[in-house]
Amino acid sequence: MSEPAKQDGEFTTESKLERLFARGEFVVTSEIGPQKGASAESVIHHTEQSKAYCDGFNITDNQSAVVRLSSIAAAVHIMRHGGNPVIQMTCRDRNRIAIQSDLLGAYSLGVRDVLCLSGDHQSFGNHPTARNVFDIDSIQLIALVKMMRDERRLLCGDELKTEPRFYIGAVESPTGDPVELRVMRLAKKVRAGAQFIQTQAVFDVEKFAAWMDLVRNSGLDQRVNIMAGVIPVKSVRALRYMKDNVAGISVPDELVDRMANAENPQEEGKTIAVELIAQLRRIAGVKGIHIMPVGWEDVLPEIVTRAGLQLRPVAD
Amino acid sequence: MIVAEQKPLAEIAENIMEAQKVLVVGCGGCVTVCLSGGQKEVDILATSLRILRKKEGKPIDTATETLERQCDKEYVDKLAEKIQAADCVVSLACGVGVQYLSERYPDKCVVPAQNTKFIGGTTEHGVWEERCGLCGECILARTGGICPIIRCSKSILNGPCGGSQDGKCEVNPDVPCAWTLIYEKLKRQGREDAIYEVFPVKDWSKSRDGGPRKYVREDVLL
Amino acid sequence: MNAFEPRIIAFCCYYCAYSAADLAGSMRLQYPANIRMIELPCSGKIEHNMLLTAFEEGADGVYVAGCMEGDCHFLKGNVRARKRVEYVKKLLDELGIGGDRLEMYNLSSSMGPRFAEIAREMTERIRALGPSPLNKASTRIKKDGERA
Repeated sequence: MSEPAKQDGEFTTESKLERLFARGEFVVTSEIGPQKGASAESVIHHTEQSKAYCDGFNITDNQSAVVRLSSIAAAVHIMRHGGNPVIQMTCRDRNRIAIQSDLLGAYSLGVRDVLCLSGDHQSFGNHPTARNVFDIDSIQLIALVKMMRDERRLLCGDELKTEPRFYIGAVESPTGDPVELRVMRLAKKVRAGAQFIQTQAVFDVEKFAAWMDLVRNSGLDQRVNIMAGVIPVKSVRALRYMKDNVAGISVPDELVDRMANAENPQEEGKTIAVELIAQLRRIAGVKGIHIMPVGWEDVLPEIVTRAGLQLRPVAD
Repeated sequence: MIVAEQKPLAEIAENIMEAQKVLVVGCGGCVTVCLSGGQKEVDILATSLRILRKKEGKPIDTATETLERQCDKEYVDKLAEKIQAADCVVSLACGVGVQYLSERYPDKCVVPAQNTKFIGGTTEHGVWEERCGLCGECILARTGGICPIIRCSKSILNGPCGGSQDGKCEVNPDVPCAWTLIYEKLKRQGREDAIYEVFPVKDWSKSRDGGPRKYVREDVLL
Repeated sequence: MNAFEPRIIAFCCYYCAYSAADLAGSMRLQYPANIRMIELPCSGKIEHNMLLTAFEEGADGVYVAGCMEGDCHFLKGNVRARKRVEYVKKLLDELGIGGDRLEMYNLSSSMGPRFAEIAREMTERIRALGPSPLNKASTRIKKDGERA
């Protein structure tokens, strides 16, 4: 990277991810879905198993609107076991009061990275009859975190004695449509304060590259660190499910055929993930990879190793 | 208009309990237009209740009436005589009508026959769709005449979210993505750059979050 | 049960079923005497509540007979009639009367034999179903002397 290394005072936060990006490292993050129970056993297990292979762990916030151990609680367990947590914060279940309170709490516990998102609609989860909140949306949430950090104020204007200095992440759906609207929305997120972007899972590298072209043309790749999302799949059934049912995921037919004809689908799934990582790395403007194993967390060390990314940098 | 859908008969029948004289009251307003609570539906419901109770060996008498509107005291007053003769009143109005009858005739049990669903309009004969979220502070001027508060499943003010695909909402493929509609409309009008504008957080106190709402016009008070 | 003679109301369109009944008469075709015919200017004149009222007032079975689809004198009356019949069938299920006591038929004015066949078919169906629960109920009430 041509950019000179930043001095400590130039960083907006104490985030490890911010430092790695600033040094021009290719950043690797992963994701842990906490378990459905009052124990952090699986979170701790995956932290111990994979902490050497990635720079941060996203902890989903009741992903798919299914009740799980809370993101912030899981973050504390991850930190206790030497991992670097990125909490996810959705707008589905909390109003602006709860969101700000949780952000203050998370920061006080040592969390330094937050990913802001709308949240899956509750109709997909295990409480489809729930009332949703959506008091503010994901872009307003990004702006809110920035306001708390940079202006040291709450949304109402009240001053904060101690501000939460979060490194702010957001998500984008690069193969969603219309693609130009997706780029406009990314620009909006960057303007609101997003500093890194983790994209929806990419299977269609061509479509993703086309989106990245638009992103580079608008100069957005210079203003935000874009991490391409990768989901390792175990079976053709899982791949087809994503192709047909998950909005914003585009899967080329040849990948489906490859998985369908594979003698060992699990091995093929890993190989595909490794190949995708290699292809995505080569695209200009991609600053990192975000691996979402969705229930297959054990596979992370192997995929990172096979992708040649196993030597993770140390932040200062 | 207010769009309502009739409740299952069994529920209405259960709520009228052991009443022997039932007054079934329709409304000539919105629910007549959305074909769920006008005179026609009043007649069908009255016949149905009579059949049901006759079958159970507990026959009832029914009387029917359809008011011009149930949400106006002047019209509700006209029921006085008929209500006197009834043990129980079934209202086919929206939730407003039911409460107006109940307020005006506090000694009578008023049973709702409808589930009041939303504010919307007819998109084709027999199909009604939601259009307004009653948020109390209209933003349609900025969103190409399409309301994201009620037409986006997440009421997102800076959309679309990642759940939008092929112009459809992830919650239900029959639902168009409001933000795709907004974008297309703004583009058609040559003002798609408005999308870049970050919508500030909304003042929900003007919606029902501020408590029950009231609107007063001093100049027309009598 | 063998003595049960159902009361059946047939709502017949003037342009087809009603004329077909005439034709059946002139052809001296036999059909059950259980059918009471009501002439409609079009099957599309039928209203949900007319069907319900027929049951309330003692019918064991009801059917609507309109023109062949595509041949309605008023273009779509028979299609609308079928939709209303379908709706009331569901209502009759909810009411515990049974939607199969109600049916929609299509025929043309030249189908005298078909008219007689429908009359037989419906009579057989209702005979097999037995009296309408409403009629059973009223009989029982009269017997118990609870109510007139």
